[in-house]
Amino acid sequence: MYAQKVESTGARPKSLDEMDPQERAFQERIDANIKIEPKEWMPEGYRKTLIRQISQHAHSEIVGQLPEGNWITRAPTLDRKAILLAKVQDEAGHGLYLYCAAETLGVTRDQLTEQLLSGKAKYSSIFNYPTLTWADIGAIGWLVDGAAIMNQVPLQRCSYGPYSRAMIRVCKEESFHQRQGYDIMMVLSKGSEEQRAMAQDALNRWWWPSLMMFGPSDAESVHSAQSMAWGIKQDSNDDLRQKFVDQTVPQAEYLGLKVPDDDIVWNEAKNDGKGGYDFGEVNWDEFFDVLAGNGPCNAERLGARVKAWEDGAWFRDGLMAHADKQAARKIAA
Amino acid sequence: MSEHKRKEWPLWEVFVRGQHGLSHRHVGSLHAPDAEMAINNARDVYTRRSEGVSLWVVPADAITATSPGDKEPLFEPANDKVYRHPTFYDIPDEIGHM
Repeated sequence: MYAQKVESTGARPKSLDEMDPQERAFQERIDANIKIEPKEWMPEGYRKTLIRQISQHAHSEIVGQLPEGNWITRAPTLDRKAILLAKVQDEAGHGLYLYCAAETLGVTRDQLTEQLLSGKAKYSSIFNYPTLTWADIGAIGWLVDGAAIMNQVPLQRCSYGPYSRAMIRVCKEESFHQRQGYDIMMVLSKGSEEQRAMAQDALNRWWWPSLMMFGPSDAESVHSAQSMAWGIKQDSNDDLRQKFVDQTVPQAEYLGLKVPDDDIVWNEAKNDGKGGYDFGEVNWDEFFDVLAGNGPCNAERLGARVKAWEDGAWFRDGLMAHADKQAARKIAA
Repeated sequence: MSEHKRKEWPLWEVFVRGQHGLSHRHVGSLHAPDAEMAINNARDVYTRRSEGVSLWVVPADAITATSPGDKEPLFEPANDKVYRHPTFYDIPDEIGHM
């Protein structure tokens, strides 16, 4: 998802018998659904995995402002422009909540920023795709934020208190984003021939990257077992991806648009007899390539963040110098 | 990254009192160079859907917290003073609501 590939120790989860007393007490708290709070003891692996996951999530919110920000000055109506501005402001806020949650684990935000800017830390692969038309802003809200919600709703029950509370705040705001995206798609798909074509083209380009947001298939995701045992992750990548497809295909049909996958077919037997859609295979080579830094916009996105950080240095220093001066004046008075 | 090392902005904890709220509640934290900026940012980040009418910001390092290990010895003495609760006392029904 927003943290798609979180490396962890890679070892299989220990059984209760193999744990030392401290670890066992910790695991028993998690199994009893008791939240872990910042000052409590936790295994180093748990701390590290969470720092990676929460910071990747935070970085995704920050980098995610760029593809949408690309259309702020070109939004087709004043209303749409104001809404897009409010949405991008929300993303900044989500980044902030998440950095604060990560900081409770003993890292500083500047350290995390440094990891992002140096390319050491990852962010969601989805933001390495370009926004070529206005319809892309609709597709991002509908598909990308829709996929994000699907992943974040279960994370509200994550075992780490500060992360789960950040997710509760984020989810409240995120459904506004998905709805505004779908609203854009509805207007376009009911509009002129050109607008319909634009909406279909956006769906064609964002569909597969959205499915990739759920991360590698369960067979390849070797770190999931430990994350699930620790209550950091609640559902498997493939389960969430399936849920997303089942929810989204009818939404596309309502718009009169076609999902760009010829293998989509209703399967009665899926989801324990409740039915679900079969769908085609994600292009995993593309996924890993984008994650490795070779997507269409990786260099541009990171470049924009580095430039903002470096060009803003004098301003951050100025604010700090001013604050120091005010503080000194207060002491003198 | 930049050539010279600079100081990180301090962390502030943010408390908001809602429209009909009786007290300020902790809602999160943020980094800001000074209290005034912390208030400005807290307004934008934590009250942009009119969640509150009053804001407090406190430098995080000014807060001292109890540790989870202290929980029992720290809070336990309250539990054996059951007479502190009104339900401890039996008042005859004839007296009515008290």
